[in-house]
Amino acid sequence: MAQMTMIQAITHALDLELARDERVLVFGEDVGHNGGVFRATEGLQKKYGEDRVFDTPLAESGIIGLANGLAVQGFRPVPEIQFFGFVFEAFDQIAGQISRLRYRSAGRFSAPVTIRSPFGGGVHTPELHSDSLEGLFLQTPGVKVVIPSSPYDAKGLLLSAIRDPDPVIFLEHMKLYRSFRQEVPEEEYTIPLGVANVVREGKDATIVTYGAMVATSVKAAEQWSKEKGLEAEVIDLRTISPIDIETIVKSIQKTNRAIVVQEAQRSAGAAAEIVAQINEQAIYHLEAPVLRATPPDTVYPFGMIEDDWLPTPQYIVDTLNKVTSL
Amino acid sequence: MSTSAAQFEVPYVQVLDENGNVTNPDRVPSLNDEQLRDLMKRMVFTRIWDQRAIKLARQGRLGFYAPVAGQEASMIGSEFATNKDDFLLPGYRDIPQCYFHGYPLHQLFLYSRGHQLGGKVPDDVHCMIPQIIIGAQIVQTPGVALAFKLRGEKRVAVTYTGDGGTSQGDFYEGMNFAGAMKLPAVFFVQNNQYAISVPRELQTAAQTLAQKAVAAGIPGVQVDGMDILAVYSVMREAVDRARAGEGPTMIEAITFRYGPHTMSGDDPTRYRTQETQEAWEKRDPLIRFRNYLVSKGLWSEQEEQAYIEEAKETINAALKQADETEKMTVPQLIDSMFAEPTQELLRQRAEITGEGAN
Ligand SMILES: Cc1ncc(C[n+]2csc(CCOP(=O)(O)OP(=O)(O)O)c2C)c(N)n1
Ligand SMILES: [Mg+2]
Repeated sequence: MAQMTMIQAITHALDLELARDERVLVFGEDVGHNGGVFRATEGLQKKYGEDRVFDTPLAESGIIGLANGLAVQGFRPVPEIQFFGFVFEAFDQIAGQISRLRYRSAGRFSAPVTIRSPFGGGVHTPELHSDSLEGLFLQTPGVKVVIPSSPYDAKGLLLSAIRDPDPVIFLEHMKLYRSFRQEVPEEEYTIPLGVANVVREGKDATIVTYGAMVATSVKAAEQWSKEKGLEAEVIDLRTISPIDIETIVKSIQKTNRAIVVQEAQRSAGAAAEIVAQINEQAIYHLEAPVLRATPPDTVYPFGMIEDDWLPTPQYIVDTLNKVTSL
Repeated sequence: MSTSAAQFEVPYVQVLDENGNVTNPDRVPSLNDEQLRDLMKRMVFTRIWDQRAIKLARQGRLGFYAPVAGQEASMIGSEFATNKDDFLLPGYRDIPQCYFHGYPLHQLFLYSRGHQLGGKVPDDVHCMIPQIIIGAQIVQTPGVALAFKLRGEKRVAVTYTGDGGTSQGDFYEGMNFAGAMKLPAVFFVQNNQYAISVPRELQTAAQTLAQKAVAAGIPGVQVDGMDILAVYSVMREAVDRARAGEGPTMIEAITFRYGPHTMSGDDPTRYRTQETQEAWEKRDPLIRFRNYLVSKGLWSEQEEQAYIEEAKETINAALKQADETEKMTVPQLIDSMFAEPTQELLRQRAEITGEGAN
């Protein structure tokens, strides 16, 4: 066992997969010689050689197209998009190509590609680095979307993602990269995709969330407990496409009230999808409408104001108070 | 049978050697003494600004900053050849060109810090907000240029990118549109040898970046990017051609950035050697041009010192103005999404301000 940050857990997971499976290739901008702008691939080129861990020319569409071609030829590419705001450059290759390959070919071709990418707010980046764009890929049939909230989960989920027979977008919240350490076993373990984790138990309301908002929600739950003596159950989705609705429904059967917390702006994203599925599967267990605690529908804010825009524990507590008073 | 279907050449232009001696008298641009001194002043300003910005970034008083030392000749020389109503489409590193094209310095500070007003370019300044997405500005350039052409205005669209930027598909698309439509545009590439850590050789098998213009059917020129007279001369020719309706040009300026990629944790010693760094510093654009001006009796040590003090004052005043700029609010962000806010945005706004929530 070792104490690891999330970035270390990710490097470690890539290392294990490169060692275990010769078909795994890791590439992108600055990931080879330099070990990535966050050092996620530190030391891997040295260890596995320039054929398996390499720098590409600066072109996101090229990077994902390369992954697509390699996948068709039986490799398991793990390309990196340096920051997820640059994914628009590769949108056709992901949403137009990779995600549809199995379907278009009736299973003849598939694209077991794992696209890793940092994203997420609170670290004062320039524009188009921090945006939470995961919602776009909930609207993309054929790709899975994974967002770990801890070092332990990051490793187990990344191993599952790389081994998954279909494309996975694996989003790494920058604020979590080095914010805390956790015991991460050296040996292999996987956490299945599509299975949520109840990180805090409670009986009075359910908070459904993912990514960096898991820690913020747990903080809010503690505050709520202290202030109101009420206990919120916090569910970390871990995978936001597909969503583990079973775990959510089970929790709502107990709490009868729920809110969804997401870092992305409000409309038509993960939160909206979760509310819709709850509506379809658990409406008779609800005492109140499901509320969303999210930022407003603006573009991701300018660096100087992002802390005012991102959901805070207090905002989540206010939303809990609202959902329990309805 | 096999004959040549087409033949191309990529010129390389230098005017001053490393010591400031004229190597190419035919290409010495016709600039008067005041203009020559102005070029030097601007480079001195840029060097001082860069040093200050790096310090401020280290103290956490700036935000995002991409150092420019080493690239002054490319930046200043190329902008100097434009008219004030030519339109610039810069990248994140091209802050000096923005400034000398009229973008107020305090707003460039605000841009760096991540304040919305940093992007509110004054109406009479013909410059786009610096672009973060590599290549995005290059495909927009033909659009700006076509507007000039359609309106019969003798104006030029000028865009900047780096060696890494030439690998984006957008780079070719932008040049190709401009070439196909014979538009008044200049594509200026600062080849500073690295895209963050990735060396130029890994970007492309092409011998020069300038030759990428050939495929778009437009002229491509390579220039010594540490030589401000060469840069000015080549840029001036490109801008004049464009203005005369003769179409776009691509320029590759060979240069180097002395500092880290940005102030957000890049460590250049991981990907380049001390020797490489020193070899480039010997070609320094300021040393070279200073020697040239001194030999012509147009520049002195005292003058430079006086000018440095002036530059520092300008920077301090801009910093103060940036510091005094009011904080943004989330409702303001909401209000700036559309000309008229949507019902849903109004509802979300009320939720935040507590005015008639829900
Ligand atoms: C579309 C896109 N991809 C990646 C990045 C991240 N990034 C910022 S600068 C940079 C290197 C750019 O190199 P170059 O074009 O040579 O310009 P330089 O920074 O050297 O001036 C990279 C990869 C980005 N900003 N936009
Ligand atoms: Mg470069």
